[in-house]
Amino acid sequence: MSKGNGIYPEDLKYTKEHEWLAVNGGVGTVGITHYAQSELGDIVYVELPAAGSPVVAGEEFGTVESVKAVSEIFAPVSGEVLEVNTALATSPETINKDPYGDGWLLKLKLADSKELDALMTAAEYRKYIEEEAN
Amino acid sequence: MPSAAGPLKTTALTRLFRDMGARMVDFAGWELPVQFSSVLEEHQAVRTAAGLFDVSHMGEVEVRGRAALEVVQKLTSNDVSRLGPGQAQYTALTTDKGTFVDDIIVYRRDEDDFLMVVNASNTDKDFAWIASQARGQVEVINASARYAQLALQGPRARAILQTLVQVPLAPIRSFHFIETAVGGTKCIVARTGYTGEDGFEIYAPPGDALDLFSALVREGSPHGLLPCGLGARDTLRLEARLLLYGNDLDETTTVLEAGLDSIVKLGKGPFIGSEALTREKERGPLRRLMGFEMIDAGIPRHGYPIRVEGAETGAVTSGTFGPTVKKSIGLAYFPSRAAGVGTRFSVGIRGRDAQAVIVPTPFYRRAH
Repeated sequence: MSKGNGIYPEDLKYTKEHEWLAVNGGVGTVGITHYAQSELGDIVYVELPAAGSPVVAGEEFGTVESVKAVSEIFAPVSGEVLEVNTALATSPETINKDPYGDGWLLKLKLADSKELDALMTAAEYRKYIEEEAN
Repeated sequence: MPSAAGPLKTTALTRLFRDMGARMVDFAGWELPVQFSSVLEEHQAVRTAAGLFDVSHMGEVEVRGRAALEVVQKLTSNDVSRLGPGQAQYTALTTDKGTFVDDIIVYRRDEDDFLMVVNASNTDKDFAWIASQARGQVEVINASARYAQLALQGPRARAILQTLVQVPLAPIRSFHFIETAVGGTKCIVARTGYTGEDGFEIYAPPGDALDLFSALVREGSPHGLLPCGLGARDTLRLEARLLLYGNDLDETTTVLEAGLDSIVKLGKGPFIGSEALTREKERGPLRRLMGFEMIDAGIPRHGYPIRVEGAETGAVTSGTFGPTVKKSIGLAYFPSRAAGVGTRFSVGIRGRDAQAVIVPTPFYRRAH
């Protein structure tokens, strides 16, 4: 199966652990990529930190579980959790259906915009997952 | 997908599954599909319509000859003398401690002709064990390469299979089988399965497996049949409390600890492990395999620690989110004093103690 031909919006930033980040002002929205949800399969459970919790770039802040597997989610950047997507508690399959839209995980108040430089562009991420798949 | 032990073994259907885009994994040294489309959709298809599994990786050991009955009786805890030709039973190959060499199905094809279907990961071990215990006029043959196995499971399974079989299937009762042509190929057609649904397991020559699979998909699709992978097989079997060797059972767990008292026939005469099991039956097993569901959020997974009143007593043997029961469920061994239904305990989920409770099993029982 071709794993690199999913949709990777140009206006997002990407991590090697397959999270995406959308930045709007000082606020970042985090989710997992099309590739990540496709590799996991049917998502049945999500564990996220509470609003107000601090997260640190590169560190685990939650888990996404499919029927078969547990996958940790890592923070693309550091910051404070402003809001979590509570709808996922009852309909975690939204992540499979709409990973960049209603399947978002949480919103962060960014601590340091310089951390964005370490993230990949859509083109870089697409190349990265093609290499990983081979 | 090479593994440390060399290239993965394939079945007659592996190439087709790769071409279909199934997600393939290494399972006990075999390249097998874990899912075709979605584990949840495949699970649901088996509960409501039908699913088709390639389980050709399972091993087959033939035991034949005048001493065959005696040998099988000595090796297994259930009583094969109760079977007539055309009947099958679930049983244990036991160690002298009453633990599992394997859990298997024995088919009695004739008075002196038995077929043991064993777990793929145990095929070589079981064959060596059975052969080493054979005495008298008996042939023990590892016939695994001569059998492909397809499992057609679900409430529509009979209607689908009937389109390819001349003889009526309705009279075949659970754990009975016939030998008949399926779409022109001579097969063993058994009313058995590993999903908690009605269904059939079909043993065919590997050279005919591809045609048989294609015919069943063609006839089954209008009924809602989906090809299914190991992912759905695992959620289906766990909801039905069907046990998995290597997770729930192994050479350290006794048949009585596993709660399989119904396959321990102490009255049939001595068998390997019967002394140990007799003593265990008298004093009661020290621990018991029980089903539980989560009270707190989280999914229990194989190996997560179990704590009863703060003390670690064991680990989850199998756990998942049950798609039909819509709960997080699992199995674990508990000390007998703390194994009652309703007992509360905790599961260590990545450093957090999540509350859970022992419940009656199976988690799912079909209505029809």
